[in-house]
Amino acid sequence: MNELRVSIERLALGEQTLVEGLEFRVAGGQVLSLMGPSGSGKSSILAFVAGFLDPAFHVSGAVTLNGKDITALPPEERHMSLLFQDPLLFAHMSVGQNLRFGMPRALSRQEKAQRVGDALAAADLGGFDDRDPARLSGGQKARIALLRALLSEPKALLLDEPFSKLDSHLRQSFRAFVRHRAKQANLPLILVTHDQHDAAALGGACLAIGPVQS
Amino acid sequence: MLLRAAPYGVLILLLVPLLGGLLGTLLPAFGYLPALGGDHFSLAPWRQLLAWPGLGKALGLSLWTGLAATLLSFLLAQFALAMLVASPWLRRLTLLTAPIIAIPHAAIAVGLLFLLSPSGWILRLLSPGITGFQRPPDWLIIGDAWGLSLILGLVIKELPYLLFMSLAALSQLPAERSLMVARSLGQTRLSAWFRAILPQLYPHLRLPLMAVLAFSLSVVDMALILGPNTPSTLAVQVLRWFSDPDLDFRYLASAGASLLTLVMLTSLAIWLLAERLVRHLGGGFLAWGVHRPRPWGRWLERASAIPAWVAVLLGMMALVPLAVWSLARRWRFPDALPSRWSLARWQQQAEALGEAWVNTLVLAAVACGISLVLVLASLEKEARFGRRLPRRGTELLKYLPLIVPQASFLFGFQVMALSLGLANSGLGRWGLVVWAHLLYVLPYSFIALTLAYQRFDPRLVQTAQSLGQGPWRIFWRIKLPLLSPAIWAALGIGVAVSVTQYLPTLLLGGGRIETLAVETVGRAAGGDRRVLAVFALCQAVLPFVALLLAGLIPRLQFWNRRGVWS
Repeated sequence: MNELRVSIERLALGEQTLVEGLEFRVAGGQVLSLMGPSGSGKSSILAFVAGFLDPAFHVSGAVTLNGKDITALPPEERHMSLLFQDPLLFAHMSVGQNLRFGMPRALSRQEKAQRVGDALAAADLGGFDDRDPARLSGGQKARIALLRALLSEPKALLLDEPFSKLDSHLRQSFRAFVRHRAKQANLPLILVTHDQHDAAALGGACLAIGPVQS
Repeated sequence: MLLRAAPYGVLILLLVPLLGGLLGTLLPAFGYLPALGGDHFSLAPWRQLLAWPGLGKALGLSLWTGLAATLLSFLLAQFALAMLVASPWLRRLTLLTAPIIAIPHAAIAVGLLFLLSPSGWILRLLSPGITGFQRPPDWLIIGDAWGLSLILGLVIKELPYLLFMSLAALSQLPAERSLMVARSLGQTRLSAWFRAILPQLYPHLRLPLMAVLAFSLSVVDMALILGPNTPSTLAVQVLRWFSDPDLDFRYLASAGASLLTLVMLTSLAIWLLAERLVRHLGGGFLAWGVHRPRPWGRWLERASAIPAWVAVLLGMMALVPLAVWSLARRWRFPDALPSRWSLARWQQQAEALGEAWVNTLVLAAVACGISLVLVLASLEKEARFGRRLPRRGTELLKYLPLIVPQASFLFGFQVMALSLGLANSGLGRWGLVVWAHLLYVLPYSFIALTLAYQRFDPRLVQTAQSLGQGPWRIFWRIKLPLLSPAIWAALGIGVAVSVTQYLPTLLLGGGRIETLAVETVGRAAGGDRRVLAVFALCQAVLPFVALLLAGLIPRLQFWNRRGVWS
């Protein structure tokens, strides 16, 4: 059972404190939405969890995954998959190469092909293995990006405004896709958004991040 | 570890020859050159220099050609831009200028020689029909005492460069909209350009203009081919003294080279002073207001882009007689084309040509390879660990070799290398020539790659990291392939820059490394136009092909990955 715990005593940029005394835990299959206006530090929290926090920030706190403190680990050893508002597929790779990029190297070639094929088929993208990512639609790219994250066998999913650039129709179906997949993989999921509908659609708890009064 | 050292390595690589070279020029100028027995300081070299009867003329000629060429290139580029921005003709003009930027100075100079000389192609086309000449007239067109043909040659080469730099800067300014606003307020195009756009644009052009000025003042290859020799420009004269078999001339040469540095600083001061003056007087000019153009004013305005077109078309036309002469067997004067063609010169020169090609390509490949590694390492270090060195200072230092005149430190660099015994072996000479090429290839590689590297989306790296990949794997598997268009462009530009280098190759190679540039300039003095054409044509074609390939390869490599190159 995966479980992600985050505690932040203080997160500051220069003199300005953005977050103070924040603690939360997300269990596998659960969703936590961090909501707040831009500049509130919600994306910085996500960056802290994923290990990408810019050195300009000062933070004291800890990230614990399944009881293990991973605060000091470099991002590539944390097993947290991060999705942004852009799908950020690697343009020089085919769809299939993108999907294989994060898969464990120990897997055999057939095993990888099998998993990629299954993942694509289950996402209504069967036969897309050799496609050029530049020639996909926005919704297809978003789904590939999520599949790429899932195939890397992460222990948690971190989503940073992943729906904000999709049009309303696509947004709904992609939300459902994400919710279904995260539940299926039994992953803790943290969503950063400024849109209440995103949070509501994924279900789960909601944390408001606001400016710290000092 | 190595990665962290890269930016320092780059600076050392660039500054050692530069500072050492300046010192190696200055010390012998004051009589100190232990390798030749000069072990005490004296003013004798300067006295000797001042006693040289041609000094005043040579000095004046250098100043005049350098300043005139720079000013003219700048003004013609601005008039052309004023008239052509936001019109389809701008694209057409820049399309024509692109090859001229790539083609080496020496090759253009030879082409102009074939085009403009009394027995050149233009007079051939006009004779005898229009001029009535049956034999070439006894005119001094190329190598005229005023250096006009040299100025023309420089303008043809530098105008496209300034045009290109202006367009690059304009892409960051709201130029088209400013122009529209100004014109809707009743300003003519020209007036709007010089009052509303140029003042915003000029600060971005200052560095390129300095580079053009430094280059024009100390140019050797083009001045050898197009410049006067009664006397020559100071840079050419310094090279003559320096190459004199009598080694005692080294002192005189060093004094001359130091004087050239002084001339460069003086003309820089003149330029900056003029800049001040224009700004001071310009305030009134800016607020002059609108006046209704008279009809002739309108025609004059329309005509103001023509000189730029003429310069660019002359540059393109200069390539034609190169090809024709290289294949000519018999070409009597008024004939427009040879009466008999042959490949004889190509066959006859095959051996020398082959050697020059191999040397040129090996030099270019080594210099470009080294500089690519260094530039990528520096940029990757900066991306991963941030910068240690202050931005403003080091940026300028990186581009210093482009601004310091070649003649003022290359002689000293060679003197230094000789004194240290570096130039005694063949390998040593090759190493030195590669180093000298790096001085020019490295800054241009930085120009080509820095922006692409800084614009690289950091979220792509973060995505790859969150997929469990370490920094080196991300560098090889994500960054390099995605940056391949910029990397190939840097390589293409690097080859083009390396192929151009005449003075560095000649001096540091001790005249023993024959490249296309060395051969072309060397043979310009000789008699056979056909042989000269063969070498000049090769020198012109090589950078062109390199840039073409640099544009094509990433498209072929990633033909089915549109996102990489579009």
